[in-house]
Amino acid sequence: MQRYFLTRVGQSLLLLIGVLVLVFFLVRITGDPARLMMPREASAAAVEAFREEMGFNRPLLVQFGDYFLGVLQGDFGRSLHFKSPALDLVLQRLPATVHLAATAILFAMLVGVPLGLVGGFNPGSAVDSVGRLLALLGQSIPNFWLGLLLMLLFAVRLGLLPSFGRDEWRSVILPAFVLGLPTMGQLVRLTRSAVLEVRGEDFIRTAHSKGLEPGIIYTKHVLRNVAIPLVSVIGVQFGYMLGGSIIIETVFAWPGIGQLLEQAIGWRDYPLVMAIAVFTSLAVLTINLLTDVAYAVIDPRIRYGH
Amino acid sequence: MATRQIAADSMLDVERTLWDRIVYAGRFLWRDRSGTVGLVMFLVVVFAAVFAPLIAPYDPLGQDLRAAKMPPAWSAEGSWAHPLGTDNLGRDLFSRLIYGARVSLTVGFVGVLIAAGLGMVFGAIAGYGGGRVDTFIMAVVNLVLSLPYLLFVVVIASMLGRSLINVILIFGITDAPIFARVTRGEVLRMRESGYVESAISAGAGTGRIIFDHIMPNLIGPLLTLATFEMSRMIFYEAGLGFLGLSVPPSVPSWGNMLDAGRKYLTSYPWIALWPGLAIMWTSLGMNLLGDWLRDVLDPRLRRSRK
Repeated sequence: MQRYFLTRVGQSLLLLIGVLVLVFFLVRITGDPARLMMPREASAAAVEAFREEMGFNRPLLVQFGDYFLGVLQGDFGRSLHFKSPALDLVLQRLPATVHLAATAILFAMLVGVPLGLVGGFNPGSAVDSVGRLLALLGQSIPNFWLGLLLMLLFAVRLGLLPSFGRDEWRSVILPAFVLGLPTMGQLVRLTRSAVLEVRGEDFIRTAHSKGLEPGIIYTKHVLRNVAIPLVSVIGVQFGYMLGGSIIIETVFAWPGIGQLLEQAIGWRDYPLVMAIAVFTSLAVLTINLLTDVAYAVIDPRIRYGH
Repeated sequence: MATRQIAADSMLDVERTLWDRIVYAGRFLWRDRSGTVGLVMFLVVVFAAVFAPLIAPYDPLGQDLRAAKMPPAWSAEGSWAHPLGTDNLGRDLFSRLIYGARVSLTVGFVGVLIAAGLGMVFGAIAGYGGGRVDTFIMAVVNLVLSLPYLLFVVVIASMLGRSLINVILIFGITDAPIFARVTRGEVLRMRESGYVESAISAGAGTGRIIFDHIMPNLIGPLLTLATFEMSRMIFYEAGLGFLGLSVPPSVPSWGNMLDAGRKYLTSYPWIALWPGLAIMWTSLGMNLLGDWLRDVLDPRLRRSRK
């Protein structure tokens, strides 16, 4: 267990270094980071001065070393627009994004898992058909577009819910519903197929034939095995939401990291964009690591298999 | 040679011709209603894209300010001259929708072609080569797959600027790792399996093993993956367009139409309605088709389906 844990931590650290290399070179993908970050109409002299100020004229390796050591010490660069440390700006927006993503995951789980369970235990039933239809729609409807339509209906026409911002508790309902929809669909499918698969296993038949009560078989044998793949998917989906909420946050003017990213792109504030990319990747890597550890704790096969 | 081939076919049922496979798949398609529906939905979009100039009643870029913001034909102020209404510049929405299918399908199809090509080459090298090459390729693959995908796509698109080629390249390159991972997994599985081993012991060379024994078995899983990934690319392209980061604003794409429609959402909601429905239609069709392909091409999954 300890060895598995240490290997996974080591892998995550390597991935983090990979992220820093990737982000560092991405900003230089166009060839000239100074031009990228300056307004289009900036004079050649102004760009040159900016390049000098940012140190873009130094050798690449020196620049990367500087950047790398900075990030290790918690210095994610300075925002050009706000003229303040980029990390502070990201952290200010973090609670809103976590609030939205956590609500969305909760909604996806509360609806998706029960529907998948009922469907898996009664394939072909009415609930199963509804669940499968919802799963298909959840994965096919462009959720940002659905967000617009729901906003129009519930906020503008009916006036039941606020249409944008994060000023009251009801504000989270529409964006969380829309953000959680694809995940909900995925959870229905996954839970359903996991139940079907576990039900067909030999040990379930054995349990039945030795006269164990169905209630006990379902809770003790089936549900515990179904929970294993769910943990991993829920972790991955939460990470996906942290990074993928940019469009939804833009639609609902939700003051989270996604909206900050959209604004930073508009301002050509690439140091801030870099900080958001690195911070979000770090958060996703951490969640993936925690998920894998939880996975190993629940499922002994992982611990001993490797 | 020919007799040996037939004998091998009837005994082992492994080497079927392409035509046999198509007939076999067609028989399964006929039995599965949702798969047929998915195929028809997808073909409708392909038809619209291919014959766009013949179907579209107007030039998708032609502005007519006197006919601007006209609602769909069935509402009181609408007219059958513009069946789905017009946008803020008086452009015919039906014609734009038809031409939009071209952009979406081009991005999805060429993007998947690039991703699958790159992924197959690197996945096969990793799986067949093993050792350090494998470790390195898989490290890069895992890095990209563990990142928040949408966030990076948005950041890269914002730096490269709006063009069709850029959008295709971004999706083609960032999506290659998933194809590499699947290819590598299948290659490893087949290398371990009995039939490749017996081919090796029968004296088959590396080239023959790759092209005759491994490639035909790769087509199934990769085709299924390609369908889902193409649907995902069409979805994300629209998302990028919605943020104003996809193809140039003059191009009639579904994402750009959504972006424009969003500004007039409260007063002229139909401008944003149609492109969203088009995306949903395409994605729904492709997801149904993908589900069916997965069931047919992967016999291991067939029995679990009710």
